[in-house]
Amino acid sequence: MEELTRKQIKGSGIAVRGNEIDTDRIIPARFLKCVAFDGLGESVFYDERYDAAGAQKPHPFNDSRFAGATFLVVNKNFGCGSSREHAPQAIMRWGIRAIVGESFAEIFAGNCQMLGVPAVCLGAVEIKDLMQAIEKDPQLEIELDMEARAVRYGDREVVFELDEGVRTSLVEGKWDSTALLMANEGAVREKAQSIPYLNAFQNA
Amino acid sequence: MGLNLFNKLWDLHTVKTLESGQDQLFVGLHLIHEVTSPQAFQMIRERGLKVAFPERTFATADHIVPTESQARPFQDPLAEEMMVAIEKNTQEFGIQFFGLDSRDQGIVHVVGPEQGLTQPGMTIACGDSHTSTHGAFGTIAFGIGTSQVRDVLATQTIALSRPKVRRIEIDGALQPGVTAKDIALHIIAELGVKGGIGHAYEYAGSAIEALSMEERMTLCNMSIEGGARVGYVNPDQKTFDYLEGRPYTPKGEAFDRALRYWQSIASDVDAPYDDVVRIEAEIIEPMVTWGINPGQAIGVGRALPSLDSLMEEDRESAQLAFEYMGLGERQPIKGVRIDVAFVGSCTNGRISDLRAAAAVAKGHRVASHVRALIVPGSKRVRDQAVEEGLDQIFREAGFEWRDAGCSMCLAMNPDQLVGREVCASSSNRNFIGRQGSPTGRTLLMSPPMVVAAAIAGEVSDIREFQTAGTGA
Ligand code: SF4
Repeated sequence: MEELTRKQIKGSGIAVRGNEIDTDRIIPARFLKCVAFDGLGESVFYDERYDAAGAQKPHPFNDSRFAGATFLVVNKNFGCGSSREHAPQAIMRWGIRAIVGESFAEIFAGNCQMLGVPAVCLGAVEIKDLMQAIEKDPQLEIELDMEARAVRYGDREVVFELDEGVRTSLVEGKWDSTALLMANEGAVREKAQSIPYLNAFQNA
Repeated sequence: MGLNLFNKLWDLHTVKTLESGQDQLFVGLHLIHEVTSPQAFQMIRERGLKVAFPERTFATADHIVPTESQARPFQDPLAEEMMVAIEKNTQEFGIQFFGLDSRDQGIVHVVGPEQGLTQPGMTIACGDSHTSTHGAFGTIAFGIGTSQVRDVLATQTIALSRPKVRRIEIDGALQPGVTAKDIALHIIAELGVKGGIGHAYEYAGSAIEALSMEERMTLCNMSIEGGARVGYVNPDQKTFDYLEGRPYTPKGEAFDRALRYWQSIASDVDAPYDDVVRIEAEIIEPMVTWGINPGQAIGVGRALPSLDSLMEEDRESAQLAFEYMGLGERQPIKGVRIDVAFVGSCTNGRISDLRAAAAVAKGHRVASHVRALIVPGSKRVRDQAVEEGLDQIFREAGFEWRDAGCSMCLAMNPDQLVGREVCASSSNRNFIGRQGSPTGRTLLMSPPMVVAAAIAGEVSDIREFQTAGTGA
């Protein structure tokens, strides 16, 4: 059963190295020809994992040592490019529950948030260390503590910063914003009355 | 102290500050297309919700649409399924759809402005990162993911944190042969592909004021490639002139009232910014990308950088780019052989782009080894080009003339690269695999530069090209 809050996430990790890994690399556009997100997990990083003949290429996501990983660890500006939610969907549906990286593209981070997948930033040195630790010991247990704002593994603890609103909504299980926004329906209708272009500019 | 346009509009559209600290922002115009909307409609259905303001959402089909024959059913059953889905969804929820049978269909970011749907002072959202295009009119326009599309459908609002605002001031005159596309690539090369994260870009200065509306759209379109979700230009007389008389532009007295609102939302002269960057227009050259992100770009007369001249954090990506592109350190970009040429996309698929392309193509022939496509951004652009005889010029020069769609900008329709083909492209992304072949290679440049490359069969300097053409 899907847990309803993201106070704490535990599990092993998988590292995908490289800056500027864009959404076309995460999920090539041809896999967007679908009317549902189901099944996208299998196609994550497809062109990086398979050659033209469908044979496997060396890639962490093809490496059985990392199968079942909970954390994806990445470098800078991960998820740059398109707004396709298919990218975090594919990662999530493969089994990832949280992403830890040096930095994320803005729309990608927002999409992760909407799915309840924490996208947490650590410094370059800390990411390098975490990646090395995972590669040395693929079974290494990593813990993301959203209340203490800390990532722990082995005998290390790294504290991170995260927008308070983002953090609270994950901790309290309120990342699905539709209900929160709908609760203000009256205020939305009222706002609409005061926006000039919705009222033939009568109130401009 | 005054306010900048961004903060004026943000304040005007804020319904509430949520408990999380994010603002609930009213979305004045919601645009949708077939790729990122079906799952959102499905979620609306599953939760038994309604579309709150169906009259504020407009739909078109662009990504999966074939540009050679648009006869239904499409040959690709998956594409057909997506087409059926958007037809059904828009019908069921009462949303205006510019479908293939309408003469208004086209790329969502071309259609919005040409219909007059995009107007100054709006907040605009679309499940597409190039929504920043609409900022050319003085709007807050941004791309969203599918779950946010669901939020906008259900509530006409979205939860967002207010970004910072950076003013990019470009003064002076552009050199001959330099276009809005080159300004965009220059900015990204300067500030980096992640330079704009957390920021909205306000483009200002005499060089920006001198741009036409379509050129401003090209510039704002590429904001996202520099990491900025939003890019905008303050509205001025050109903006108003562009809009007057379009289908959804207010008419008569309403237009006069609209003008007052539109003028009122421009940034005040004493408005503060979080950051200001100044660039001299004279130093911008016709640009070409050599790598696998839009920041890996140089002036066409220059050579690729050497690894040790780059900042350390950029070396790894450059190394990967050299290998992938088959290009080396210090190699001149001019003269790189191309296989395919593509003019189109929401960046450069408007009528002014086609005119500029045709002006270069006229009287020349596409090199025999090059496959060259001209794809209008919308059916209206197509019809206008035909009326002006541009399609004839292109055909005579050996270009294929196509129907409206995203085409070779991304790999969701039949127009794709094959194998390791190199494509001179007027689109916006040179990512690995972007144009449909997992090993295909993309060189981004302006439409005139694409045409020059198509004719020469290799990357060429438009400034020399024109001299040769007129001097003969
Ligand atoms: S033309 Fe390209 S960038 Fe623009 S909307 Fe279509 S696919 Fe996206």
